[in-house]
Amino acid sequence: MNAPPPVPTPIDQGSEWTFAILEDYEREIALIARDFGLDTYPNQIEVISSEQMLDAYASSGMPINYHHWSFGKRFIQVENQYRRGYLGLAYEIVINSNPCIAYLMEENTSTLQALVIAHACYGHNSFFKNNYLFRTWTDAGSIIDYLVFARKFIRDCEERHGIEAVETVLDACHTLMDHGVDRYKRPYPISMEEEERRQLEREAHLQRQVNDLWRTIPPSGKDASQPEADIRFPAEPQENLLYFIEKNAPLMEPWQREIVRIVRKFSQYLYPQRQTKVMNEGWATFWHFTILQQMYKKGLSSDGFMMEFLQHHTNVIYQPPYDSPYYSGINPYTLGFAIFQDIRRICEAPTDEDRLWFPDIAGSDWLEAVHFAMENFKDESFVLQYLSPKVIRDLKLFAVFDDSDADTLHITAIHNSHGYQLIREQLAALYNLGDTQPNIQIHRVDIRGDRALTLRHDMHNSRPLEEQEVSEVLKHLHQLWGFDVHLESVMNGEVVAHYHCPPVAAETD
Amino acid sequence: MAYLIDRRLNGKNKSAVNRQRFIQRHREQIRKSVQDSLRNRSITNIDGGEKVSIPRRDTDEPSFRHGRGGKVTHVLPGNREFVPGDTVPRPPSGGGGAGRGASPNSEGLDDFVFEISQQEFLDFLFEDMALPNLTKRQLTGIEEFKTRRAGFSPVGTPNNIDVPRSMRAATSRRIALTAGKRRQLRELETQLASLGDGEDSFTRERRADLAARIVELQRRIERVSFIDDFDIRYRRYEKVPVPRSQAVMFCLMDVSGSMDQGTKDLAKRFFLLLYLFLSRNYDKIEVVFIRHHTSAKEVDEEEFFYSRETGGTVVSSALQLMRNIIETRYPPSLWNIYGAQASDGDNWPDDNGHCIELMQQLIPQVQYYAYIEIAAAGEHPLWQTYGAIRPRFADRFAMQHITGPADIYPVFHELFRKQQP
Repeated sequence: MNAPPPVPTPIDQGSEWTFAILEDYEREIALIARDFGLDTYPNQIEVISSEQMLDAYASSGMPINYHHWSFGKRFIQVENQYRRGYLGLAYEIVINSNPCIAYLMEENTSTLQALVIAHACYGHNSFFKNNYLFRTWTDAGSIIDYLVFARKFIRDCEERHGIEAVETVLDACHTLMDHGVDRYKRPYPISMEEEERRQLEREAHLQRQVNDLWRTIPPSGKDASQPEADIRFPAEPQENLLYFIEKNAPLMEPWQREIVRIVRKFSQYLYPQRQTKVMNEGWATFWHFTILQQMYKKGLSSDGFMMEFLQHHTNVIYQPPYDSPYYSGINPYTLGFAIFQDIRRICEAPTDEDRLWFPDIAGSDWLEAVHFAMENFKDESFVLQYLSPKVIRDLKLFAVFDDSDADTLHITAIHNSHGYQLIREQLAALYNLGDTQPNIQIHRVDIRGDRALTLRHDMHNSRPLEEQEVSEVLKHLHQLWGFDVHLESVMNGEVVAHYHCPPVAAETD
Repeated sequence: MAYLIDRRLNGKNKSAVNRQRFIQRHREQIRKSVQDSLRNRSITNIDGGEKVSIPRRDTDEPSFRHGRGGKVTHVLPGNREFVPGDTVPRPPSGGGGAGRGASPNSEGLDDFVFEISQQEFLDFLFEDMALPNLTKRQLTGIEEFKTRRAGFSPVGTPNNIDVPRSMRAATSRRIALTAGKRRQLRELETQLASLGDGEDSFTRERRADLAARIVELQRRIERVSFIDDFDIRYRRYEKVPVPRSQAVMFCLMDVSGSMDQGTKDLAKRFFLLLYLFLSRNYDKIEVVFIRHHTSAKEVDEEEFFYSRETGGTVVSSALQLMRNIIETRYPPSLWNIYGAQASDGDNWPDDNGHCIELMQQLIPQVQYYAYIEIAAAGEHPLWQTYGAIRPRFADRFAMQHITGPADIYPVFHELFRKQQP
């Protein structure tokens, strides 16, 4: 319909980038991404220096964060490794916000910048916007506001109550961060002004509630007739330890509760990212690969560009074998990329095996299939659904059973027809945070007695807790709760281990 | 759709506060590490920071985690040799083989090692110490000048023109000079407007007259120049004298046969500490090394610490030399003088009286004099001699025993402990 487009010339000219070149890349990549149906937040691309990248690393990629020594520790660590050359910095960091902020390193070559724009600004960005976990759990529009609010609130607290007092609470919260998420309830994200207004309201309200719970005067009227022994609190076990503490810790000041809440919110915000590492990286890698291929086909990049790009791409998806000194777990980029590539292959050129394993997508539209996979799964279910025999064969995956009671390890499955299903299930289980993190819940609070808090650890596959850390964490929990804290490890309905804080002396006298 | 932003010019030290918090939190361990590192430093080598190590468990952030044990299935890539049903021996823990490659435990329990800057290093070292008698001659020294901004001036050189100030002056001048005319102009304009558009000859004439006056006024308003010579303001600078404090530190050491290399090493460490400490309080420090046996000699650092001599000991020779040097090169009115003497306590018995005499002249001239006896506590001749005059100069003359490397820092700490006011 339109006039034939002019013969395109490659955008890249040598390895140096300029802002004009970045703009060209961004525009072309945006066009290609739109053709592939990638739906994204607007992009805010920021070029930063390596020092700034170190800063970004230290605060877990958050553009704004409150002050805490642990971020300083991370900074010192990263800086040390970087200065000695042990650690190459990431080419980019991308933040789940609206607009989506992506940091590009100034040291990147022009090719790398194109790769990174495709990877972060269109790959990750579309994932953030469309994956069901992110849609349900995070609100990209309000996170920056919330970070600003949190930083200001904590700074005010430091001014009013002293850095040390605030640090004590933050330390304790950080140790429980992994257990400060709701796995099922949906949180309601709100804006900063709203948050500030509500915070004041909450302070008053919460304190009233807590006072009510801990009231020692017997309730009047007909309630008094209720036998005390029947009161069980909480009525159901609570999985979100920080939430429970925020709402119910007897001796906390309102500002301390608010800090607990802030840490809890951060943890909740990061929770989807931890559950979708393979998918998120796989999706972004799949798209930078596909988009840059497309750019080459359109004549927008030179052969040299492609050679350099493929070299980087190959490094990113390299998976060292299990016995290599470089092995450190399965590379999420490799696994994710392999699965998405394979979904496309299954759609475009299905074999008999594929028709057997994936009857619903074999031969269908690949674009629809990958979008569906990206939108509706997390790592665990994604692997369970889409890990194909071909990928298992390509990566030569095998399963090893490790029972601490036995002297040897057992190879239970390899990449053959008997093993595919088992490997799929086992690998999926390894991405289930519910299994990989100890399952610890609030079990009981002795509200009429010594106010002791009892936690229960439901042992999964009879895996014990790391003993030394438990006592440390309990100290922090004790700090927050203000009264005795007990933890019981339960296996098959039987309590097999006790931990206490403060430690219980031998009960002989 | 996308915004490209160059953030490279933004500050890069976002993490400085967090880093400071970390250091604050682990100050005890860092201080210990700093003190340990003292023995490896050369006396004037204070460039650069210091490597500090903290036991890793102190920096840990604990969380509920699975420990070892239980029944776990791992899925690993790169199978070459295994078939189902194979059994393999358990690889050693933390090894790169099958198992917990990514486990936090496999990092090992190395210390957490990082570098602190020179400033931080010294802060830790001298945290709660202060120089006594600091006030008296603090500000003496050669006067230097530095230029400082000091307001604005109507005269100056073109490179110092302050544009906003000049424009402000020009604007106010224009407002002042035209205020009356503009008021008239407004009045005429209102009159013109109130005339209406009547076409009789009177009105027409009146209108023409008003219009002419308006034009004339506007022309006169415009004639007021936009900027004038006397609007120009220049940034003014003035020279202020910079008080510079300077100090000279005398290191006196007995190098007679009884002082072996180990003893000298202890002395060296003490001198190093003193030098570092003084360099925090003074802009400029000179160090004079005087060594003596039966006669004294001024030498350089290398010779001071490492050449060997034998012979008897006449302490007064060194004191005499120090006095001469002060007289010729370091007038006490201009210099803050510090003396540090290290010895094993020996002296020629007949010399003690002479020493007392010299010390009584020397000590009023110095800010502080520290005598370090590197020997087991006991009644050595020099200790007795100095002990006799010490009470008279209690505020600026100190004596301490050192027996081993472990004593140096505590003794130093004791000498310069912050006095309660």
